[in-house]
Amino acid sequence: MPRIATAFRLLANDRLALGAGVVLAVIFLLALVGPFFVSDLATRPDLLKRNAPPLVLENGFFHLLGTDTLGRPILARLIVGAQFTLGIATAAVLCSMTIGGFLGLIAGFSDRWYSQVILRLADIIMSFPSLLMALIVLYTLGASLTNVIIVLAITRIPVYLRTTRAEVLELRERMFVSAARSMGASAPRILFRHISPLVVPTLATIAAIDFATVILAESSLSFLGLGIQPPQFTWGAMVAAGRGYLSSAWWVAFWPGLMIVITTLSLNLLSRWARMVADPQQRWRVQSLRR
Amino acid sequence: MTTSNVPLLSVEDLSVDFLSEAEPVRATRSVSFSVEAGETLVVLGESGSGKSVSANAIMGLIDTPPGLIRSGRLCFKGRDLTTMSRAERRELNGRKIAMIFQDPLAHLNPVYSIGWQFAEVFSEHGVAQGREARERSIKILERVGIEDARARIDQYPHQFSGGQRQRIMIGMAIALEPELLIADEPTTALDVSVQAQILELLKSLQQEEGMGMILITHNLEVAASVGDRIVVMNSGEIVEAGGARSVFEHPSHAYTRQLLAALPHAGEADSDNRRGSVSADKPLLVVEGLNKEYVIAPSLFGRSAKVLHAVKDASFAVRVGETVGIVGESGSGKSTVARLLMRLTEPTSGKALLRGRNIFELQGSELQDMRRRVQMVFQDPFGSLNPRMSVFDIIAEPWQIHSDILPRAKWNDRVSELLALVGMNAGHADRYPHQFSGGQRQRIAIARALASDPELLICDEAVSALDVSIQAQVIDLLADLRERLGLSYIFITHDLPIVRHFADRILVMKSGEIVEENDTSSLFVSPRHQYTRMLLSASPKPKWIEAAE
Amino acid sequence: MTAFFGKRLAYSLISLFGLLVLVFFLSRLTGNPADVLLPPDASAAERQAFSERHGFDEPIHIQFLQYLSDLLRLDFGESLRQNRSAMEVALNAYPTTLQLAGLTMVLATTAALLVGALAAIRPGGLFDKIASVFSLTGASTPDFWVAIVAVLVFAVGLGLVPTSGTGTPMHWILPIAVLFLRPFGLLVQIVRGAMISALASPYVKTALAKGVRDRRIVFAHAMRNSLLPTVTVAGDVATGLINGAVVIETVFGFPGIGKLMIDAIHQRDFAVVQATILITACAIFIMNIVIDIIYAILDPRIRYQS
Repeated sequence: MPRIATAFRLLANDRLALGAGVVLAVIFLLALVGPFFVSDLATRPDLLKRNAPPLVLENGFFHLLGTDTLGRPILARLIVGAQFTLGIATAAVLCSMTIGGFLGLIAGFSDRWYSQVILRLADIIMSFPSLLMALIVLYTLGASLTNVIIVLAITRIPVYLRTTRAEVLELRERMFVSAARSMGASAPRILFRHISPLVVPTLATIAAIDFATVILAESSLSFLGLGIQPPQFTWGAMVAAGRGYLSSAWWVAFWPGLMIVITTLSLNLLSRWARMVADPQQRWRVQSLRR
Repeated sequence: MTTSNVPLLSVEDLSVDFLSEAEPVRATRSVSFSVEAGETLVVLGESGSGKSVSANAIMGLIDTPPGLIRSGRLCFKGRDLTTMSRAERRELNGRKIAMIFQDPLAHLNPVYSIGWQFAEVFSEHGVAQGREARERSIKILERVGIEDARARIDQYPHQFSGGQRQRIMIGMAIALEPELLIADEPTTALDVSVQAQILELLKSLQQEEGMGMILITHNLEVAASVGDRIVVMNSGEIVEAGGARSVFEHPSHAYTRQLLAALPHAGEADSDNRRGSVSADKPLLVVEGLNKEYVIAPSLFGRSAKVLHAVKDASFAVRVGETVGIVGESGSGKSTVARLLMRLTEPTSGKALLRGRNIFELQGSELQDMRRRVQMVFQDPFGSLNPRMSVFDIIAEPWQIHSDILPRAKWNDRVSELLALVGMNAGHADRYPHQFSGGQRQRIAIARALASDPELLICDEAVSALDVSIQAQVIDLLADLRERLGLSYIFITHDLPIVRHFADRILVMKSGEIVEENDTSSLFVSPRHQYTRMLLSASPKPKWIEAAE
Repeated sequence: MTAFFGKRLAYSLISLFGLLVLVFFLSRLTGNPADVLLPPDASAAERQAFSERHGFDEPIHIQFLQYLSDLLRLDFGESLRQNRSAMEVALNAYPTTLQLAGLTMVLATTAALLVGALAAIRPGGLFDKIASVFSLTGASTPDFWVAIVAVLVFAVGLGLVPTSGTGTPMHWILPIAVLFLRPFGLLVQIVRGAMISALASPYVKTALAKGVRDRRIVFAHAMRNSLLPTVTVAGDVATGLINGAVVIETVFGFPGIGKLMIDAIHQRDFAVVQATILITACAIFIMNIVIDIIYAILDPRIRYQS
């Protein structure tokens, strides 16, 4: 695939984006395979070692970042927490991208009443602070893993919906769409064969930023106590747990927060690079120009 | 007379590169020309010839990087522009050298009034401020032909018509009486009638001011009508230079000869036409009383709905093997006719009988059948092909939609056949549209249109986006196909001369109505309607002929 | 222009109404509202009396109409914990949040316009790189974490500012500084993108050909046009800012609607939760209208629609 090769070459030219890509790859790999090595270290309390300071290696590698208030090694908990944090975000982003993209295709392509309904529903979701909305819904329905994912997905649907619709509104006026219609192509054929392939790259770029947004939103929910409930936990919940011990054991709340920053920053850097590559006017900035 | 041997502007050995990951693309290659005060130099070339790059270099408008001036001097009255500081350059721009562009709507700042943008020219060069700048702006607006200038100066660009916007651009350019005016395709987006007025304005201003002028165009008639001298550019190089008349009457370079030969109205003779042979009066399509009204939605508070009559009571017929040209300016409703016949929009009233069956009443399988028999070729070959589909998929699409045309096993052979038919080869099938030139893409679009064995081809401005030399080739191809496949055409264009040697009959449309219908030869020899006469005379005449008249 | 406003007003009203419906049905979704609205230790007789008094035994559409007419009279019922009307409680908390969010938004927008514009002058240059990393970090940090780390460092460690409360101007510095990060980061990206495309636009080319000075090209031509996309996004950013305010208020013990709502949720004080939501929705409704007006003032193509 020459396209993928080109993408890698362009990525290598932007050191910041390349670094972000490597960091993300490592974090995702850890979240995928890490929990097998950690076994029950992350959950078994060990009161003898509680609040052990970081950067001391005598208790073993997983104690490198210190232990929390129940003596559980933070590094091990970060790895297990990564699984839930990234898992929830991935599920929410995939849901909102698929549903939002699909509804956006319909709302952009058809001028019938249901397009208006879809758009007004998006307005309702967008015109209210997503965190407040999520708090209310989780408060009434209960904060289960599924509910958290659904709520996060719903709050992000309008972003994909509006973007897709805007693109479709432009694309459907393009001449190749008129050409297909004049040949007798059906609406589904035009939508899925002609328009969708041109919308997907844009959605993918948004998904990268959105992934960061969802991680932040989920962390806030967990911090406020309405994220997924123990014994499952995410990085946000780890920060909340360490909040009361800031002055005695700062590391308990510090490391999980830092992980959130590193992950979301990397995602933002990557998506900024992707937008630059996609823009013909900006693309040369990431190429190595030959004189 | 000490400075008389120094030209107003001389471009010497200019080479400009655009950097990329691959080899740098050379936009201009050792280009040299000069302009004297009071004369008009035309830089003539097709797209990608490097003509605009030279002009942008003079104004210092090339972004570096990715652009890079490799070598050359740009001397304005003997001073080299390339070695000047930004500040010195800025002082010259607008005051001594001014420029106007192709698309005035995009080139005027949308959020400021015309008055604001005019005043800026005076204030930035410290010439006048406030009330004085405003009064001078109004004078210039009146001079470039904006009526009621005093009232309109506070309006915004979107409130003016295309021709008025170009007048405003010209006004701003001449505000400080520059010594050199560069006009980059100033009339390209305009209707022929407006084009004639703008060219007239430019010519008279140049004479009154005694400015030097560089006019950049791809249009041979525009070149002939304003140029004293001409340089012809092709892929970054100057291939021919000389007095306008001698270049046009005795072209020395092969490329120039090819360009001139492609000019559809080069010979006034009616002999070498490519018109069809109409098989005795069998009607293929009969259109009766076609109307299309658009209702502009009323606002929430008051203001009743407005009705826009895009097509008014149009009736015409197309016979088997016949080519009917529909000619009109923008907004004449000619493209709406095409969209109606293709059922891309629905008519308000009227009938269109294709072999006796009303297109507008077809449903389901009958409609699908009509969609096979009538095909369309669109204006923009860059836009009418899906960039994500291979040429094979594009041409084979009709067979995917109508499963009974051709069994899948034969698709490969048929695609190769069709590609050969439009003058391309089978190897092109795996490629994607962006790998082809405009002319090639239009050939692919024609191959696609032929894939479902149509009887009638509707060409909506099918060659307007192409370079002149390519236009002629595509029209030749269409004429060939007509004879070999027995096709009929509806050929829609804004460019009357282009259909002269191709259409059997011509309809002239104005504001939604067909104002004249006639055989092609009669129409050109003795146009009946005043509007047709205006269209014919609006084509610019060569300067030397006009001078003689 | 009236068409533009009419449409936008209608859409906002539909959104507001939709939110009312949503809140109404959410409050019914958990089963008997008495379970939600009454303290968990209420007796069966109390529940029965409550249901009858509030008409929960009526058909659902009658209940909805009753709910709407209560809303029109600004009647949200009583706060269970404070023995005051829920509306009064919510309105009391409102000015704090409004000041916090408003001040932050003004600061963030101003700073973002300046930084974004300067970064766009030489994309890829040193200033752009620094601004990009800084603003992207701002947009990427979890505000609750920055808040507690900032309290640890500046309040507990260095003792420069108080840890929580609203007494003096010093109390406001840390919350605003933390809340500032995210909207600033998002807006810088928007302004930078808009400025880059404005600086590459044909009308800037015209200005260069007219000999307009660089500073004027950046600020009068490009920035003035970049305000349009920025204003469009600013509404969404401001709405999102309320999210941050909720978190920040709980961390810094600010008596705004965010803290009020979190407390109310934890205390199952549904009347207060509901009042808070509706006041917030109305505030956002008004803000969106104001933004539409600003947009129309900025864009003559809307002001003088032909």
